[in-house]
Amino acid sequence: MEMLAMGKYGVYVWTCFGLTFTVLVTCVVQARRRHRAVLREVRRHMQLTETDE
Amino acid sequence: MTTLPDTMPGLGRGFVALLRRDLLLAWRRPGDVLNPLVFFAIVATLFPLALGPETDLLRTIGPGVVWVAALLAALLSLNGLFLADHEDGSLEQLLLSAQPLPLLVLAKTCAHWLLSGLPLVVISPLIGLSYDLPADGLLALPATLLPGTASLSLVGATGAALTVGLSRGNALLGLLVLPLAMPILIFGARTVSLAAAGDTMAGGVYFLGAYCMLALTLAPFATAAALRISNE
Amino acid sequence: MWTFFHKLASPPHFYGLAGKFIPWFAAIGLPLVAYGTWAGLFIAPPDYQQGDAFRIIYVHVPAAYLSMLAYMVMAIAAGIGLIWRMKLAHAVAASAAPLGAWFTFLALATGSIWGRPMWGTWWEWGDPRLTSELILLFLYLGYMALRAAIDDGTKADRASAVLALVGAVNVPIIHFSVEWWSSLHQGPTLIREGGPAIAGDMLYPLLAMIFGFSFLFGALLLMRVKSEVLYRERRARWVRRLATESAGAA
Repeated sequence: MEMLAMGKYGVYVWTCFGLTFTVLVTCVVQARRRHRAVLREVRRHMQLTETDE
Repeated sequence: MTTLPDTMPGLGRGFVALLRRDLLLAWRRPGDVLNPLVFFAIVATLFPLALGPETDLLRTIGPGVVWVAALLAALLSLNGLFLADHEDGSLEQLLLSAQPLPLLVLAKTCAHWLLSGLPLVVISPLIGLSYDLPADGLLALPATLLPGTASLSLVGATGAALTVGLSRGNALLGLLVLPLAMPILIFGARTVSLAAAGDTMAGGVYFLGAYCMLALTLAPFATAAALRISNE
Repeated sequence: MWTFFHKLASPPHFYGLAGKFIPWFAAIGLPLVAYGTWAGLFIAPPDYQQGDAFRIIYVHVPAAYLSMLAYMVMAIAAGIGLIWRMKLAHAVAASAAPLGAWFTFLALATGSIWGRPMWGTWWEWGDPRLTSELILLFLYLGYMALRAAIDDGTKADRASAVLALVGAVNVPIIHFSVEWWSSLHQGPTLIREGGPAIAGDMLYPLLAMIFGFSFLFGALLLMRVKSEVLYRERRARWVRRLATESAGAA
């Protein structure tokens, strides 16, 4: 437990590490969501052009 | 191509013709020239009114305030640099011209600086006087603003060229140009502060001069490229 | 050599290649970051001056390093795209910008939190590195705003590429001027250059974090470039086939 307290700086150290990993995870989620959105967009576009023909 | 056709004017003439045209246009509508100048004076008036009339305080903030006001005034006038020409189609004529575009861009930038930058340089000691700057500071203001406003016109022209056809280009221009202008602001304002405190101003003025030379060599090409892209 | 480049620049080929590289980058980057985090938090001895607060270095420095690396990647890709009219390079530049902005934000946030116990304020204008990072964040935001403001894709690519190159010329000048500016009043800094040599137990986790973060950045960049390529090629047959296949799988 003493290790986790980081002297008197525990709050600052843990906030920084937490923030960093939150941002990394956000980047991954953002990238994946964008990928799925593009694929959806392509499919929607295909359906539109199919109904035209 | 070994010989130029007789009808093709020299490089200098194209430059001078465009410069004259822009100056003449401004001469016929003096409001466009006066607006940045008045804006500059008003921004400089805001600070004493907001912060209080203590002479010591004003003397400390004076150099920074004058420089920020000059930066904002330059930004205000940059928006119109290519706008009128874009709207009436003469910009496309420039792009089609046989003259090298960077040179024409330089002519327009020169005109812009003569109309919006130079007046600020001239009246800056007056503003400095109202902030009770000592004589060295009053001298340092035009000395730094001269290369500084020229650099602002050159770098700002690239930003203006990038945003020329955009509907919300006005707000975007500040976002693009202000971060790039920070070295100019830092050196300009700090050099005036140092000079007002009795230090030498040579270092800062040399830096601004070097920055201006760099901008003079690179910015017209970037602006020309940006104009071509914006008008594709 | 040239055929290799041409093949690399062909979107479907690149798409497949990127898909193969992403798991590898993640497989190298994640263990490095895991080791660096664990060793940085628990193995490295506390700093004799800053105590345990110095452990923030293990996230702050990689973030700051990547914020600049991402700008370099963006500017070089933009230059390649502008000169050789290579669409793929523009896709890389467009993908690097938001990642760079995130890492810049991270460097600013961790620097500010680190500064709180060290300086007693959340923001210290005297630290030249933090101030430079702030201006870098504005450069990223300007780049992204310009890109978002132009509807036409090719025009957005080329206009933002010019801005990226102009920015790249200015970044060292900004850095230099901020250093000069802060040197005038000897501001406090978090990391001193040429300070006491950092001991092995402190250094190895830092190196692991920097390399690990770089690999993760590579993986994230490729993930984003893949989506960019798909979007730009959305009318191509191979993209349509891919979209139908993925619909069946989902």
